[in-house]
Amino acid sequence: MFLGKIGNLRRWVVRMIRSDGTHAAIFLIPSLVGVTIFFFLPFGIGFYYSLVDTPIDGKFVGIRNYVDLLGNNSFRRAIWNTFLFTVLCVPMNMLLSLLLASLLNGRVFGQRWFRIAFLSPLVIPVASIVLIWQIFFDLNGILNNWMNAWGVASKDWMEGGSALYIAIMIYVWKNVGYNMLLFLAGLQNIPIDHYEAARIDGAGRWRQWRSITLVYLTPTTFFVFIMSIINSFKVFRETYMLAGPYPHPSLYMLQHFMNNMFQQLDYQKMTSAAFMMATVIVMLVMILFMVERRFSRWL
Amino acid sequence: MDIIRRLRERKASIGSTIYKSLLTLLLLMLVVVIVFPIVITVTHSFMSPSELKIELAPILGAQSDEENADSLVKMLSEGEYVRLHWVPFQVTLNAYYDILLRQPQFLFLFWNSMKMTIPIVAGQLIVSLLAGYAFSQLRFRLREPLFFAYIVVMLMPFQVTLVPNYIMANWMGLINSEWSIILPGIFSAFGVFLMRQFMQAVPYSYVEAARMDGAGHFTIMLTIVLPMCRSGMAALAVLAFIDNWNMVEQPLIFLKDAMKQPLSVYLSYINEADIGIAFTASVLYMLPAILLMLYAEKELVEGVQLSGIKG
Repeated sequence: MFLGKIGNLRRWVVRMIRSDGTHAAIFLIPSLVGVTIFFFLPFGIGFYYSLVDTPIDGKFVGIRNYVDLLGNNSFRRAIWNTFLFTVLCVPMNMLLSLLLASLLNGRVFGQRWFRIAFLSPLVIPVASIVLIWQIFFDLNGILNNWMNAWGVASKDWMEGGSALYIAIMIYVWKNVGYNMLLFLAGLQNIPIDHYEAARIDGAGRWRQWRSITLVYLTPTTFFVFIMSIINSFKVFRETYMLAGPYPHPSLYMLQHFMNNMFQQLDYQKMTSAAFMMATVIVMLVMILFMVERRFSRWL
Repeated sequence: MDIIRRLRERKASIGSTIYKSLLTLLLLMLVVVIVFPIVITVTHSFMSPSELKIELAPILGAQSDEENADSLVKMLSEGEYVRLHWVPFQVTLNAYYDILLRQPQFLFLFWNSMKMTIPIVAGQLIVSLLAGYAFSQLRFRLREPLFFAYIVVMLMPFQVTLVPNYIMANWMGLINSEWSIILPGIFSAFGVFLMRQFMQAVPYSYVEAARMDGAGHFTIMLTIVLPMCRSGMAALAVLAFIDNWNMVEQPLIFLKDAMKQPLSVYLSYINEADIGIAFTASVLYMLPAILLMLYAEKELVEGVQLSGIKG
């Protein structure tokens, strides 16, 4: 009986070792430890800071920091601008890259070189290209020179409502190639006989596009959407280098706000803002996942 | 009848030729718009400092006034706009010579950039390979929520964890050391996400069959999954390189020492201070990224495409 128990135990241990869970733990540990130390843990600490009045030996103040933050005008402006920027630039970028991918799909002369050319802005370092944008959009820059030739009075493009559009343009310029590549891949994975069958059934071009292309592109579109949002946060670097820590109000993003709070050592405001932003991101990802699940069942 | 059909076919082929030429033309125009800033950077890198100063005087404005009271520069800058010339009046390699041979600090900072970027890329590849395998090929209880957490981390802008990260680095004694940049870079959630996407494309039946034959997961990863995801690894390497080669915020915050900064930081200051070599420094700086892209273009395309298949 005793021997039998040991045998059971051994079998259990062997099964545990051979189970996927144990292996998963081994494979995941390096990444998990790192991500915990550099992201999860800091995030927890950040949440704690957002609830106290000073970082060192602070008193617990509950949601006061959040209330203060919501009453802060520049924070509200930053939220609105970030929202506006994302809502404008992400769909625009997706549409343009889908259009480009459709144009490049099929047998196009020099497709490989077009692909490289469209992808090239991605590899160009930010710092190098900022100089060019400066030359272009400065009050005495090239754009105004051209505009003058057309009889339009010159203005400082980074100091006005146009600043936001310049940021959007830079974003699209930089990211359209990458997304185009993703869409191109999606398009090339659609079996051609689907189109033929649809044509025989009398479906027009628009109908084919809507019922075949669009449906098959759904998973790609989700991926592109996620990537577009990540990259929309990264445009901050360009705008910061172009316009500094206090750009025109229409360009003042959440990242500017957090950056400036960091410079002013106002950690409470910064961590509360960070946590609010994170909450929104979590909700966004959840919605995205739900929609995707719904879609994949529907397909 | 036959003639009519042939005529119709001919008409269609003419139509498609016109369409194709128009398409190529349109694409070429788009390429010009997209590549234009890069071309300008390259042509300007061959200009002499005085030519650059004259051309860009209108936007350099006040600065050039106090720096050198060059009457010519001043005269030309009054109320003028930048008139871009695409081709240098006189091609000179002076700026290259200056940077590469007479300013050791450039090469030094270039080396700094390499010293940070290469360990990040290498580490990220290994860590992401392992974690990606777990997320794509293994079944375990917390898989979905954990992966969800990774996606959330991936979407966070850098500023969100900035302060706590600083405190952690300080606590570990990493401030002012390259490791405060390298370590967070290695454990990027994006790398794990990307590798998981690539590995999802490997059919589970392959792994199962190998398991039946008694192969361990480590062997399977190295002999089956890894060879099938080569293009994915290459894509991740290129993307990680570009991302970290470009970093500006992290070094500025974590590295106090000016001599430890990477080239990207130096470059964002050089623009104003020393316009004569700014373009040349830019070209030299973007060279590794461009060479890498041309070298790995096929893999990058394949890899990026693979990752898009299964959303």
